[in-house]
Amino acid sequence: MLKRQRQALEMVLLVGGRELRDQLRDWRIVIPMIILTLVLPFLANAGAAAAMNFASKYGAPLIAERLVPFLLLVVGFFPVTVSLVIALEAFVGEKERGTIEPLLTSPLEDWQIYMGKLLAGTVAPLVTSYLGIGVYLLGLVWQGIPIPDPTRMAQTLTLTTVQAFLMVSASILISTQSTSVRAANLMSSFIVIPMALLIQGEAVMLFWGNDQVLWLAVIGVCVLTVLLARVGISHFQREALLGREIDILNLRWVGQTFWSAFKGQARSVGEWYRIEVRAALRRQMPIIVIMALLGLLSIAGGYWLLQANLKGVAPDALQELSGVLPVGVNVPSLDNFSFLYIFGHNLRAVVVIFLAGLFSFGTLGTLLYFLNLAVVGAVLSLIDLAGGSIWKVAVFGIVPHGVFEIPALVLSAASVLYLALMLVTPRSNRSLGESAIETLAECTRLFVGVIVPLFLLAAAVETWVTPVLLSRFGG
Amino acid sequence: MIQTEDLSKQFGDFVAVDGVTLEVQPGEVLALLGQNGAGKTTTVRMLTSVLRPTRGWARVAGHDVVAEPAKIRSLVGVLTEQHGLYLRMNAEEYLDFYGKIYRLGSDIRRKRIADLLEYFGIAEFARRPIGQYSKGMRQKLAIARTLLHEPPVLLLDEPTSAMDPESARLVRKAIAGLRSEQRAIIICTHNLVEAELLADKIAIIYRGRILIQGTTAELRRSLLGLPEYDLHLRPGWQGNFPDLPPGVTLVAQSPTGFRFRIEDPVSSNPPLLRAFLNAGAEVVALQEVPHTLEEIYLAAMARVDHA
Repeated sequence: MLKRQRQALEMVLLVGGRELRDQLRDWRIVIPMIILTLVLPFLANAGAAAAMNFASKYGAPLIAERLVPFLLLVVGFFPVTVSLVIALEAFVGEKERGTIEPLLTSPLEDWQIYMGKLLAGTVAPLVTSYLGIGVYLLGLVWQGIPIPDPTRMAQTLTLTTVQAFLMVSASILISTQSTSVRAANLMSSFIVIPMALLIQGEAVMLFWGNDQVLWLAVIGVCVLTVLLARVGISHFQREALLGREIDILNLRWVGQTFWSAFKGQARSVGEWYRIEVRAALRRQMPIIVIMALLGLLSIAGGYWLLQANLKGVAPDALQELSGVLPVGVNVPSLDNFSFLYIFGHNLRAVVVIFLAGLFSFGTLGTLLYFLNLAVVGAVLSLIDLAGGSIWKVAVFGIVPHGVFEIPALVLSAASVLYLALMLVTPRSNRSLGESAIETLAECTRLFVGVIVPLFLLAAAVETWVTPVLLSRFGG
Repeated sequence: MIQTEDLSKQFGDFVAVDGVTLEVQPGEVLALLGQNGAGKTTTVRMLTSVLRPTRGWARVAGHDVVAEPAKIRSLVGVLTEQHGLYLRMNAEEYLDFYGKIYRLGSDIRRKRIADLLEYFGIAEFARRPIGQYSKGMRQKLAIARTLLHEPPVLLLDEPTSAMDPESARLVRKAIAGLRSEQRAIIICTHNLVEAELLADKIAIIYRGRILIQGTTAELRRSLLGLPEYDLHLRPGWQGNFPDLPPGVTLVAQSPTGFRFRIEDPVSSNPPLLRAFLNAGAEVVALQEVPHTLEEIYLAAMARVDHA
């Protein structure tokens, strides 16, 4: 068994090794790498030294101190961008050059080809990146500038590494789904823009100096990388790679695929509800149950967090605090909210959850869902700490509309996760595009058929029933 | 060794291959002829488990192309339309890379690489980057890759298209040798002379469908009718035209002889010769009117156009 696995991994190294050798024989890759290894770190050193002088002149050493690890991140990141170019043409470039077919007709398995390419796209830029970091650190020592502490170093190196894998995973995914290098390059903005935003966020965190948040960012990037690689392997199809020749936006096909997945076999609205909506609910049921349980945990978590942190604070201060709670949470002052406002707000919330989930394989969407429910727990906790009755608020202020609103929220979050799961799950005879459109149609089915009606009911109850109940029994 | 039944492939609305049924036995060469876009490459890709048939089935070397793709790929040698060479590698590195993919031991790999490079006359350029090779050399290297793991089944797309006559002959010799080693071979080609020289069977594919298949003789008879023979006589014969044996029809005549259409040359030719000799004619030669594969192919295409 072990021997077989070793042999399988040898094939990955074989594919990756060949690619790597090829890259190192291409001066267009080697020259920029040398420049990024030797020139950029010197510039960064000069920048760090100048910043140190400037900052110490004006008594702000903290800024310069934080700038040094930031430049470390920059020095590490620039060579990693080369990986984007290498990986983007990993499959589609070979297809254009005609070298992919002998590889695809060989006994190599899909994952071996894919992982080999992933490795080849990552190794050279990462080695360049580490060398650049090494040169930068040597420069710091030489200039007498203190090098960043071990934690910051570990974070920066880990971030550089996982970012390289993230970019390569995303690029290879694009490469497998593109029909030409040109098309792949055009699509690379889907990587460049989020990466630029990520780097900016990391820079803010580095200047902020919060270790925990930085580690969370590392974990987040790791999760995204694994998911992207998983999507890539799941949807890597030899047939699609060879069979797809032209990029034509076929809106008619998109529309037809979406509509037939949305409508299913139903011939009437009643039948659609009875058969198709029910089938979608049945398919998503395990995720719905999990999300409901995790939702309860989020409420409990929110409740506990405030109890643990605000216990002992004077009730007056807490009363004041409850007055500045964000609008839209279930505070017992709903008189001024109109039906449309509440409905629109809930709808906006799930759309944000859905969009955030769509571009992050469900992770950000799920986090927003947890956050939403944690706020409910926190509000209850605040009321409790301020001496109010959480049972009265829960029974008269939350449950009446919550019985509609919370299931709708759970369904929305479950749909986002379901969409992500379907994208990372291999489906034979389905391209990534088909998979995405069909799953999106199924989620829309639940949205139109269940979530929107539930939100309408919830908004109606919250506008006309909950305030009455609260004013009569809420105390 | 290669068997397909109703093999079909559809891309969206486009039917690339439609109901192809073929059989190639060990030691047999099948030439798949057809225009560009007729479905030859798609058929080969299905036989290598790269494309999944939308209908029908195919078995290669005893394995189903859908159920056992990995097995199929290890038993098939494929020469693709584009040679698929890594131009920054040299020939030795390239073949070594594929030798490792096919899990050949290092000794066997070294020996086979040396033998193949020697056979195809590229041994002295083995350490040069492939990018510096001529078209013909690249094609020979691609064929060497195809043969490296000694597959029992070979699928060769235009094996001699870019070669000079000498190299093409070398490749044809190699293919003939492989046939005698009981390999099953399919050649997709536009070179009808080559197909005629190498193939035991011909299949003509048009718009994804097999128009006709069989041995060259079968195709000739089916598309061009009965074989025709020219009887050349010494000029000046004045004798009476003899009675022709059954199954022999006079088609044309000239001052130096006659052309006959003969149903069964084996039984009819001896009495035909005897009849003319008895009539005092001096026979110079009796020879079959040659019909090239090109004529057969064009007749098949004309039939399609007519239909």
